[in-house]
This record gives sequence, structure tokens and C-alpha cells, in this order.
Amino acid sequence: MKLVTAVIKPFKLDDVKDALKAAGVAGITVTEVRGFGRQGGHTETYRGAEYKIDFVPKVSLSVVVGDDVVDGVVDAIVSSAATGKIGEGKIWITDVERLVRIRTAEEGVDAV
Amino acid sequence: MRKRALRIMSGLGGVIAVLAITPSVGFAQEYTPTAQDYLNNLWVFLAGVLVFFMQAGFALVEAGLTRAKNVVNIFAKNIADATVGILAFFATGYAFAFGESGGWFIGTDNFFLQGLDMAAIPEGGLSPATTFFFQAVFAATAVTIASGAMAERTKFTSYLIFSVVMCAFIYPVVVHWTWGGGLIADIQIGDAVFSDFAGSGIVHMTGGIAAFMGALFLGPRIGKYDSEGNVRAIPGHSIPFATLGVFILWVGWFGFNPGSELLADEFVSTIAVNTMLAAAAGALLTTITIWIKSGKPDVAMIGNGALAGLVAITGPCGAVTPMMSVVIGAVGGVIVVFSVLFFDKVKIDDPVGAVSVHGVVGAWGVLSIGLFATYDDAFLGREDAGLFYGGGFEQLAVQALMVLIILVWVGVTTAALFAGIKATVGLRVSPEEEFEGLDVLEHGLQGYAPDVAHSS
Repeated sequence: MKLVTAVIKPFKLDDVKDALKAAGVAGITVTEVRGFGRQGGHTETYRGAEYKIDFVPKVSLSVVVGDDVVDGVVDAIVSSAATGKIGEGKIWITDVERLVRIRTAEEGVDAV
Repeated sequence: MRKRALRIMSGLGGVIAVLAITPSVGFAQEYTPTAQDYLNNLWVFLAGVLVFFMQAGFALVEAGLTRAKNVVNIFAKNIADATVGILAFFATGYAFAFGESGGWFIGTDNFFLQGLDMAAIPEGGLSPATTFFFQAVFAATAVTIASGAMAERTKFTSYLIFSVVMCAFIYPVVVHWTWGGGLIADIQIGDAVFSDFAGSGIVHMTGGIAAFMGALFLGPRIGKYDSEGNVRAIPGHSIPFATLGVFILWVGWFGFNPGSELLADEFVSTIAVNTMLAAAAGALLTTITIWIKSGKPDVAMIGNGALAGLVAITGPCGAVTPMMSVVIGAVGGVIVVFSVLFFDKVKIDDPVGAVSVHGVVGAWGVLSIGLFATYDDAFLGREDAGLFYGGGFEQLAVQALMVLIILVWVGVTTAALFAGIKATVGLRVSPEEEFEGLDVLEHGLQGYAPDVAHSS
């Protein structure tokens, strides 16, 4: 099993959710996060004074999937979250040691 | 001008004239008020209700333009200065301002409203109850102006002390010197005597000067300037709050200015029109100015622009044409932007722009009477008194002198007050408390507490 973590632009969340559901993903966990990458934040003005937003609002979504569908899930996120502009975010994949469904105590891919 | 006798008594300045003909206790039954008398009192009372509603506007503007961690403190200060301020004005403020005896400096009787027949309505005038009600809500306005400039770093107890002294003594003296017939009212240059219809100077500049002194003695908030002294923005946490507050203040001003006519007559609506026009012109010119200056129509600044238009027209609203009201409001809207940027630069940290909106633009409102006055407003005693209407420099000179006197009095007394507070109970919270927010450490609760989910 793999944990797919994607940091995306907040306004792309709906598109990504639809694409993931179409790819057969059963559940998604979403977190509002802030951060910067190569985009490096941006500048705003307030009452005549400029100030820098170093940490730009983003949405992080986590999906646990079986090894066989990881590539399809990554493709779905890449194609639905792309805008062609800087600041679109990243996707990374990590191994999951163990997964348990609380209601039934099922383990492994059955619990996905 | 038409209705000379009524005009003499109109404007808040008419209060002393009204008091002079208020039947004293024992003779109160001699005059039976007419329907017009009741209308006068009812209108001024309702106008006072609108002015009191401005407290909500101030609270929202200040809360919106500051951070979420201090929102409880902002609302607490606004409740405190309204309640403490009204009681202080009741105890001594009204007596100092309007006490029946007293010289050029201060009134000396009617403490706690003693010796007044509260319900007695004199011919063509207001009962002491109506007068006190209207004056007390004005006092509450004058004191609350400083709250925003001192936001996010002032000890709650210290702010309470300031509120009491401001409403009990400092502001009432200004009122006595002007509408109460004291020092400033006695000044005459040529044919010119002071004019400040609803209080650009008496109320707003007074509050603005106190706000300046508060911000000066406190020093800037931690983080307002970087290590090289450059200005850093500290964005407020709710533009919706701030904007709603501006609209509430705007509505309240339709009591503040038209109510200051102190009568229900044909001029109430013309004053309302002047007030409305100046506010719109102020907001528009601020929009244009800040758009050019910083590239964006910044709503946090535009709100200040509407208020600047309102503050500017408060003094001249009874003496100028609609066209000149637009000009006065527009100039206020330009001044306020440069003033906010200026005070930022000289390290007077005023989170909401109170010093600029009320202090600087308040002075402009007083001076604008010397330029644009054309109608025979209360105490002007003549038409076309303004410089641009052939009145010469006399009116402008009196207005400038008035600004100077208020500046010195309020500046010196509030400086002494803040210095005294600083040396005794302390003025500012600790850096730790400022960082954590005043809500929890001063008041023991959060403004936006997380939902508690007790399962049993």
C-alpha cells in the first residue's frame, strides 16, 4: 500500500476530487496548509504598506491506495490539478506499513 | 437669514441659550409645550439613539482592522468606554460643560444632574433630559475614538482610567469653552466668532488628539517596524467587520449632524444631504488616491475615506452648500490617505487610522468653515462668512485659533494623563502578552473559541 500526498491549489480541489473518484479512489483526507516552494510567496498591500505572504494557502490531500493503482491515481491528480502556471504544488508517494479499518478491524488492502 | 431667532439657538452651540431660558424648578408649570416642542425633543432624542449606535460602528471598525487574538479586548474596551464614559459625563462632565454657573474655564453646578427639572421643555427648546441624553452620547463618541489608535497593546485598566478622565473632565472642558459659552466662544476677530456645528473640532479632533497621545506614549506594536525601521503591514482580521462598521457609523452620523440642529425644522434634511454627499465624496477620493498610491482600491483604507468625509462635514454641515459639502468631503478623503501614510512613517502606530480620520481631518473640518461658510450657521451671526464667499480672513483666523486652543488643551492634558498612567499602573501589556494576544491574558477568553464537544 502507498500513501499518496498531494499539495495543490485550493481552487483545484473539486476537479481533483472528481478525477480521483473516477479513478476508483474510495476516500480522501483534506488538510488546509500553507507553504512555499519555488514560487516563493507573493506581495500584498494593506493601508498603503506592502507586505509579503511567505506562506501561500494550499490544500494537502492524502489518499491510501493499493500498489497496483498508484500510477493511475498520480496521473489523475497531475491531469486534474494542472494549470500550466507556477505554484501548482507537488505529489509524493510513501510506503504504508499497516492500515486498519476501525469499524471492522480489517487490515491491509481490504481496509482501503 | 430667515428665522433668525431659531438659527441663533440651532447648532449644539444653542444649548446654552436653551438652558438660559429653561424655566427653573418651581416655574416649570408656566409653559405648556406645543406639538412643535415635543417634535423637537423627540427628534433630538431619536438622533441621540442613532449617535449611540455609532458605538457599534466604532467597535466593528476597530475589531475588523486588528488581529483575531485581540478581538475580545477591542469589544471590551468599546463596552467599557461607553458605560464608564456615560456615568462619568453624568457625574461631572455635564456639570463642567453646561453647569448653569461658571466662568470662562468650567461650569460649576448641576453635578449628577442635581438642580435640573429634567422634564421641563422650554418654549422652542429642549428639556434638560433631552439635552443631557444627546450630549452624553456625544461624550461617549469623543472617548471611544482613542480606543482604535491604542489597540492591541494597552492594559485594560489603564484604558478605563483614560476613559473616566476623558469623559469626566478633558472633553467637557472643550465643550464648555465652545457650545457652553466659555473661552473659545468669547473670542471675536472682527465680526467673526467660532463655528463648529456638530463638532469636527470639539468632538472629533478632541478624540483624535487623545488618540495621537495614546499611540505616542504606547509606542508601536511589536512587529509594526522591521529592524531597519521600515513599515510593515499588520492586516486586520475581518474586512467584513470593518466595512459593516463604516456603514453603521455612516448611519449614525445622520443623527450626529442633523440632530445637532437641536430642532425638528426644515434644515434637518439639508444637513443630512450635506452629510451624505461629503461621506460619498470622501470615500470616492480615498479610493482614487490609494489606487494611485498603492495600485489597488484597498477597502481597509476606503472605509477611512468615508469616515473622513463625515468627520470633515460635521463642523460645516449647517453652513455650506451641497456643492461645497462634496468639496469638503473630497479634500478630507485625500488628506486621510496621506495622513495615514505620514503617521506610519513617523512611527505613530495607529492600527485603525483614528488619528488621521478624527484628528487631522477634524481640524480640516473646522478650518473649512472659514473657507466655505455661506449660510448663517449657529453663532456665525452673518452670512457669507467664509473666505471664498467674500467674508475675508476673519472667520478663518477664528477657526484656526480654535484648532490651536483645542490642540494645546487636549494635547497637554492627555499627555499628562498618559504619562501619569505610565508611571503608576503602566500603560502597556508585557511583550509576552502582546504576542499571545490580549484576549486570553486580559479577559480570560477567546473571541473565536474552538467548539467544545463534551460527550457527556
